[in-house]
Formats: sequence, structure tokens, C-alpha cells
Amino acid sequence: MAAKKRQKNLGKLVVNGTLFLIILIWTIPTLGVLISSFRIRDDIATSGWWRVLPYRDWQAVKEIDPKQAGLDPNGVMQVEGVSGTFEEFRAGVSTPDGKQITWIGNKRIGKIEVQEQVWTVDWNFTLDNYKQVLGGQDFKFTKPDGTIQIIPGDNMSGAFLNSLAVSIPATVIPILIAAFAAYAFAWMKFPGRRAMFIVVIALLVVPLQIALVPILRDYKALHLNGTFLAIWLAHTGFGLALAIYLLYNYISGLPRDILESAFIDGASHFTVFTRLVLPLSVPALASFAIFQFLWVWNDYLVALIFLGGNPEFELVTQRMAAIVGSRGSEWHLLTAGAFVSMLLPLLVFFSMQRFFVRGLLAGSVKG
Amino acid sequence: MNIPPQGRQSLGGRILSFIGQILLAVIIPLVAFYVLYQGFLFLRDSNASRGVIASVAIVWGVGGVALLYWIFNNLVERLPDAWRTRFLPFVFVGPAMAILSWYLAIPTVRTFWISLFGRDGPPKGLNLLQQLTSSAFVGLSNYKSVFTESLMLEAFRNNLMWIIFGSTFSVVFGLLIAVLADRSSFEKLAKSLIFLPYAISFVGASIIWKFIYEYRPANQPQIGLLNSVVVSLGGTPQAWPQWVDVAPWNNLFLIVMVVWLQTGFSMVLFSAALKGIPDELMEASRIDGATEIQIFFRIMIPYIRGTIISVWTTVVIFTLKIFDVVWVMTGGQFGTHVIATQFYRQSFTNQNSGFGSAIAIVLLIAVIPVMFYNLKQFREQEAF
Repeated sequence: MAAKKRQKNLGKLVVNGTLFLIILIWTIPTLGVLISSFRIRDDIATSGWWRVLPYRDWQAVKEIDPKQAGLDPNGVMQVEGVSGTFEEFRAGVSTPDGKQITWIGNKRIGKIEVQEQVWTVDWNFTLDNYKQVLGGQDFKFTKPDGTIQIIPGDNMSGAFLNSLAVSIPATVIPILIAAFAAYAFAWMKFPGRRAMFIVVIALLVVPLQIALVPILRDYKALHLNGTFLAIWLAHTGFGLALAIYLLYNYISGLPRDILESAFIDGASHFTVFTRLVLPLSVPALASFAIFQFLWVWNDYLVALIFLGGNPEFELVTQRMAAIVGSRGSEWHLLTAGAFVSMLLPLLVFFSMQRFFVRGLLAGSVKG
Repeated sequence: MNIPPQGRQSLGGRILSFIGQILLAVIIPLVAFYVLYQGFLFLRDSNASRGVIASVAIVWGVGGVALLYWIFNNLVERLPDAWRTRFLPFVFVGPAMAILSWYLAIPTVRTFWISLFGRDGPPKGLNLLQQLTSSAFVGLSNYKSVFTESLMLEAFRNNLMWIIFGSTFSVVFGLLIAVLADRSSFEKLAKSLIFLPYAISFVGASIIWKFIYEYRPANQPQIGLLNSVVVSLGGTPQAWPQWVDVAPWNNLFLIVMVVWLQTGFSMVLFSAALKGIPDELMEASRIDGATEIQIFFRIMIPYIRGTIISVWTTVVIFTLKIFDVVWVMTGGQFGTHVIATQFYRQSFTNQNSGFGSAIAIVLLIAVIPVMFYNLKQFREQEAF
């Protein structure tokens, strides 16, 4: 019995250990970017973000002025019991007791440092990256050699507002239209009902690429390209089939007697829909809303095509992709920008995870 | 919900009601569209601040649509009883069907039509027959190029890799994590953290992984995690997704990103399915002396087979259409083109809409089996 218990405990340990390792691997990519976004620009560019964890580094414990010590940089020098040429000291010479002796600077005005290995961390955090990426303000840096470098900021806050102006209507409009349709499919009888629902189901998996070329032609003919309306309607069109399907599944499952007693009391379909069905369907509406919101907020392709020509209306994803393309090595902008773009989705994710999972289980996966 | 039997209507009445229904379905979206459009012209030309424009746009878009349903419902409710019951369903269902037709159903046919023509598509101002006989009509030759052009073949090969590796790894990891989490002491936290990347956009994920793959010359300190590990193990740093020497395997560095993103999705579905396995079944097999591995393969997997298949299909469809990751990470260079990036390049960069449309049709054909499967499932549900 004891052996069995021990085996069980061991099993638990293996399970927890493996899972912990997997979680670690899964989290590190995001963590690295999050930490980097708070690091100073030069730190990001010159050292890995894991420097925020303790690491061993050489630190000066003693400084020697070569001139006072009477050392000749052109020959072989004796410092602290070790000898070497200027080049060797530049690279660092280690002493028998674990120290390192390094010549800092050039031959004329250099100094010698005696360094010891100590545990240290880089904890110089800043909010400048966020200010820069959100405020659109330029930053001036004075380089060590005295020249002033101006680094242009990036206006993400405008893009953030645009993304909101696109995402909210592009979430609410399809839900509204789909809820009406789902109600009709579930509670009304009319010719063509079955045929129409079959069309909805068939369209569930149709890739949206199929629509982009013809719709772009329509938009150009209507001078609609590059407006919010264009992209709202596009997202409505592409999300509608799934919305109808999911909401139908929920609305058709509502208890029959509640609705029927309302009809007997003389309520019209519109009243039943707005007063009874919509409030009762809040869980389903919320699940789909989360998915549609995330889908629209995170979308890149649809925005690229229907808003692509208009820099005024650039969305967060487009802005980020543009920074990747044009300033791909400016990690202080990229990391902070990435987090700005993730802020809202992560907020939605953490606050509404229950609805999120429920929606997923109901089949919220876009075709 | 009392509908007059169709037989009792006169033929004229039926035709009239049919025309009315169609009109309703078309008129509501048209009026909605017109009202929204006028609002937009105003917004586009106004000089108000970005925040004001954004909030006006939100109220306008959402309120406008709601108002229209209300107005049309009131109009129809004023009709005599018989007409009301005929028209009301179409006030409800019409706009949705009209939008679906405009955005998905009809474009399927239109895209197919465009795919039969040269780079500018069918010439404007001609009727169908004239278009067919015009010099722009190329028949199936776009499809021939789709299956012979070398970049397209590369895209097909890469997409196949995406489908095979992407779906397999997301499903296997998802299942593994779901099983482990089920037995662990921190199930909720574990599932949240694994699921988290699912909420991140592909553009965001691209930045996250670009940072991991960041390359610095060998004599400089590496700031990318992967190269840092490689250097500390004595290897040479590489610009991973751009590493043409190992093509097509450099695609794996992009596929990893999607596995990272999608595993949470399959984990959630598997986790729910595993919880549905009755405890008695598990207990009984344990008493019979089955090992955990036997339980996994003989009981769990057969029990959740349906979920595995549906998750697998979903991820396959998803990877079939993969675009953002490749476009942001490599732009399709270094031998990483996929079908969707080729579609974008041909349709919008090269402005060759005939070729682009042919690629879109190929994508559509690829998902048709799933479409039929869905329809079959639907037919088997007697409830509708």
C-alpha cells in the first residue's frame, strides 16, 4: 500500500513538473517582450532581456592609472602580478585568484580596472518606450561623442482609436443582424427557411479570400474604399454566417413555453425578440461578441485590403506591421507597441475567460 | 405564428408576396447602407478630433442599424394581418441573407468568373457573351499557371508542411496539456497561461517571435533568446526564418508560432471533452489493472475521437489560409510563400486579378469536403 502511495506521489510530481516546464516554455516568449518593453532603449539593443535575472558579471573593484603606475603601453606590462601587452589587457587578463584586469580606453588616456565577478541584475526600467510609441513625440539622445540623434516617435494612440472605431461597430452590427435572423430561423415559419439555413451552413467554412477581389471592385465603384463603413460591412459579411449559426443554436433552445405564453398575451414578434429573447440570450451574445471583437481587433488582412490606401485610418495591426517593416530593429518601439496592441485583447481574455471558453465550446471558430 | 396555408392564396397574391419579400430583404440593407454612407461622407470631410470621429462613428453605425430594424418592423406591423405574417420574417431574416449573399455567396461565382479572364478580369461594359468572346477571356489557363508556376508550387509545398506539422503539433500538444492539466494541482492557472496566446494577434505574435529569432553577428552579444542559447552551446547564430540553407525547413520556425498560438484552442476543447468521460469508466479500467498509458490510448482517445476530428479539421482549415504570420515575418521571401500570400501578391501587389481569383478558387475547393461534411451533419439533425 505504501509503495502504491509513493508511486502515486511520484506520478503527481512528474505531472506537475512536466506541466510547469511546458507553461514556462509557453510563457517565455510573451514575458521576454513584456520585460523588454520596460527596459531602456540602449539596454534592449545591447543585451538580452534575461539580464533582469541575476547573472555573473565583471565589476571594477579597483582602478589603476597607468601613468602614475609608470606603465608603458607599448611594451609588456606588469599589473597585479600578471603581465601582458596592451592588446592582451584590452581583451582582459585573468589573475590566478579569479580576478580580471582590463584596460579601458585607448593607449593615451586609458585606465586599468581590476574586476571581480559578482552577481548582478539590470533593473533600469523606464516608461519612455510607451510614451514614445503612444505619444508620437520625438526623442532626442545625446550620443557619447556629443552628436544629437533624434529618434522619431510613433503615433499608436491614433491607431488605437481607429481600431476601437472599427472593432466596436464591427462586433455589434453583425450580432444585431444575426440575432434577428437567428430568431426568425428559430421561431418563425416562412417559405425558404430551410434552404436559407442550408446556405448559412454552407458559407460557414468559405474562405474570405474568395470575396476580396469582387468586393474591392464594388467598393471602388462606390468610392467606399478606405472608410470605416467599408470595413464594418466587410467584417459583418465575413462574421455573419458563424454568428447566425451560433445564435440559432442558442435561441432555438430557449424554453418554448415562455415564448408561447408571451405570444398568447398578444406580444408581437418584435416585442418578444427585444424584451425576451435578447435578454435571455446574453451568454451566447457575449460569447460571440468576444470572438468577433478579438477577430476584428487582431485582423490584418481585411484591414490591409479595405483600409490599406488611407494612412489616416490605419489600425493597430497595420501600424505594428508598418513599424516591423520600416524600423524592424528598434526593439524599444516594437516591444512597447506589441503590448499596446495586446492590451485590450488580453483584458477581454482575462475578464471574460468563462464566456470565451463557452463560445469556443459552442463552435466559435471562423471559417 | 399562424401562417395561412399556401394553397389558399391566389396566384396574384403569392407573386405579390414573393416580390414584397424580396424587396424587403433588399431594401433594408440598401437604406441602411445609404444612411450609413451619408453619415460617412460627413465624417470623412469633417475636421473634428480623432476621438470625436471615432465615437460618432460607433454611435452612428450601431444606432443606425438598430433604428432601421425598428422602423421597418413598425411599417410592416401596420399592414393587414395576412400580409404582416408573410412579410415580417423577411424583415428579420432578409438583411442577414442579403449581406451574406453580397459578401460571400455571390463573390464565389464572381471570383470564379474573374478567374477565367486575364489580369484585369472581364472587360467592363460588355454582356456575358461578349465578355466570353473578348480577348481577355483565357479559359482555364490561370488554373494551369496556378499548378505549374514555380512560386505556386513552392506555396503548395509549404502549405502542406503547415497543414501537416501545424495541425499535428497543435493537436498533440493540446491533448497532452489537457491530460496533464486535468491531473495537476494548478489546472486553472496552467490552462489560462497556455490559452493566453490565442488572444494575441498574428502581428503581435510576429513581433514576439521576431524578438526570439533576432540575429546579431557572432562577435556581438545576442539579444534574441534562440541565438543566445545556440551561441552558449557553441553554435553559430542564424537569422532563423530567413535561413535559406535549410529551406524548406525554415518554414518550421514560422509554424512553431502558430502551434504556440493554436495549442490553447485545442487544449480547451480537449479538456472539456475529457471532463465528459464518465468517472465510472475510468475507475473500472483502473480496477481492472490498466496502466495510465493504456487508459489514455484505449479509453480517452476513442472516447473523444469526435472532438479530435473536429479540432483537427479546424486547425487544418486555419493553416490552409495562413497569411498574417508569413506576410509580417518574411513577406514570403526565403522560400516561405504560402497559398494565401501568393493570393495577396497576385491580386493586390501584381494587380493580376485573374490569377489571384484562380488561387482563391483553389482555396475554396480545398475546403469543400468540410462544407459537405457540415451539411451532412445538419441533415442528420432532424430538429430543424
